[in-house]
Amino acid sequence: MPKVTYVHPDGARDVLDVPVGTSVMRAAIMNGIDGIVAECGGEMMCATCHVYVEPDQLGRTPPQSDDEKAMLEFTASERKANSRLSCQLVATDEFEGLVVYLPETQV
Amino acid sequence: MPPPVVAIVGAGQAGFQVAASLHQEGFAGRVVLIGDEPALPYQRPPLSKSYLAGQSGLDELWLRPAEFYPKQQIDLVCGDAAAAIDREKRLLRLASGREIAWDHLVLATGARNRMLAVPGAELDGVLALRTLAETDILRRRLEEVRDVIVVGAGFIGLEFASVAIERDANVHIIEITHHPMGRVVSAQTSEFFTKAHLGWGTEVLLGTGVRRIVGADGRVTGVETTEGRQLPADLVLICIGVIPNAELAHDAGLSIDNGVVVDEYLVTADPAIFAIGDCANFPTPFADGRVRLESVQNAVDQGRCVAAHIAGKREPFRKVPWFWTDQGDLKLQIAGITASHDRAVTRGDPAGGQFSVFCFRGERLIGVESVNRPADHVTARRLLAGDPGLSPDQAADQSYDLRAHARRVASSPGA
Repeated sequence: MPKVTYVHPDGARDVLDVPVGTSVMRAAIMNGIDGIVAECGGEMMCATCHVYVEPDQLGRTPPQSDDEKAMLEFTASERKANSRLSCQLVATDEFEGLVVYLPETQV
Repeated sequence: MPPPVVAIVGAGQAGFQVAASLHQEGFAGRVVLIGDEPALPYQRPPLSKSYLAGQSGLDELWLRPAEFYPKQQIDLVCGDAAAAIDREKRLLRLASGREIAWDHLVLATGARNRMLAVPGAELDGVLALRTLAETDILRRRLEEVRDVIVVGAGFIGLEFASVAIERDANVHIIEITHHPMGRVVSAQTSEFFTKAHLGWGTEVLLGTGVRRIVGADGRVTGVETTEGRQLPADLVLICIGVIPNAELAHDAGLSIDNGVVVDEYLVTADPAIFAIGDCANFPTPFADGRVRLESVQNAVDQGRCVAAHIAGKREPFRKVPWFWTDQGDLKLQIAGITASHDRAVTRGDPAGGQFSVFCFRGERLIGVESVNRPADHVTARRLLAGDPGLSPDQAADQSYDLRAHARRVASSPGA
């Protein structure tokens, strides 16, 4: 099972086993990681599961849909080139060792 | 003095949000969250979408895992209903007989489905879609149905119809008005979706009601319409809207008018009692007067507003409303409340299935309905948060840069 590291703004790290087919958002919610809100439940209607993907690992993540690109304009923290909605980061074997950084705020 | 207690009646999206936000807001007292369903608090939108279609499972429905509640010091009571409020003693009595003393009471009691008052409505196979338990029945029945009749062409009915038709069932939608989703969308958007469902092979009967539901051996076999048509059915879904659960508030002497009446702070006539989510009737700058909204956004934002209030940050509720529905390959996103518009301008390509309807009242933009145009939706939410300053001509002009307009509005003084 791919291991994904969530880095909190204060530098603290949580490492989760994320089953293939489960999103980085859902794994965080079900394991009580603060810093992912996910108010729409993964429908790309909010931007409260925003994460920054370790830049040199972006190539391992799926491409962005138009819905995701649009909704990333609504992040509460600054949108950067490595910004993603974690509900769209559905784990594959490629995710082993993936590192995502949680933003200062989601709302 | 003992720490203050917040009792929250209703463990849906709104009630859950109050509980989750209270501690984030620094509230140091006790939180009791009471739900009448046996399950952990869950999300409802997927029930008529991905969960119904079998594309997502139970694990994806829970708002938080079971461990979350004790960890956040939320006393979660499942499967017990609130029976009465004693405002003088500040007590809440539950159906089980348990009594909870509170300092702040939040009514997040939601709504229940309206029943269809026709003969045969009690037959096996006449179903509803609101709770997880109801959806689990529908999910099983969908495996074997041939003839499905959906009564009521609102969001839920149309979402269900789009899932059922993909199962190769014969699907009829019966709608009493001439406009599916007509309570919440423009005539243009309504018509577009009617055509889409027809294109998927669904029969849509508009301006038609149900005279009676017929059955054999206690099981539904068909529906007779008000025009006398006999339609076969082995599943009839009744989705003709909801009734807010306001009895508890009414019995406690609080004001009721299409829901529990609250002020702009979501406070009832009793300053210690709030009402939020589907059950609350509140004043909003986004509509003409008062509204009662049934949406995730409304539940979540109102939950946050009340949690902040209880924690000492009192502010009026003024969030831009937004909604969405998924039907087949179409995603409809709505920003604002378009019901009172007197002018609608289409932008984009309706024939190609990607467009937005910009709804104006006079010269003011009041809402935007976007079909597979997420960028328009996001821009609309930004515009409506301030003074949109967008004219109908600008909205209609494809070459006019909406995003640049939204940025100018956001950075202008007073926005």
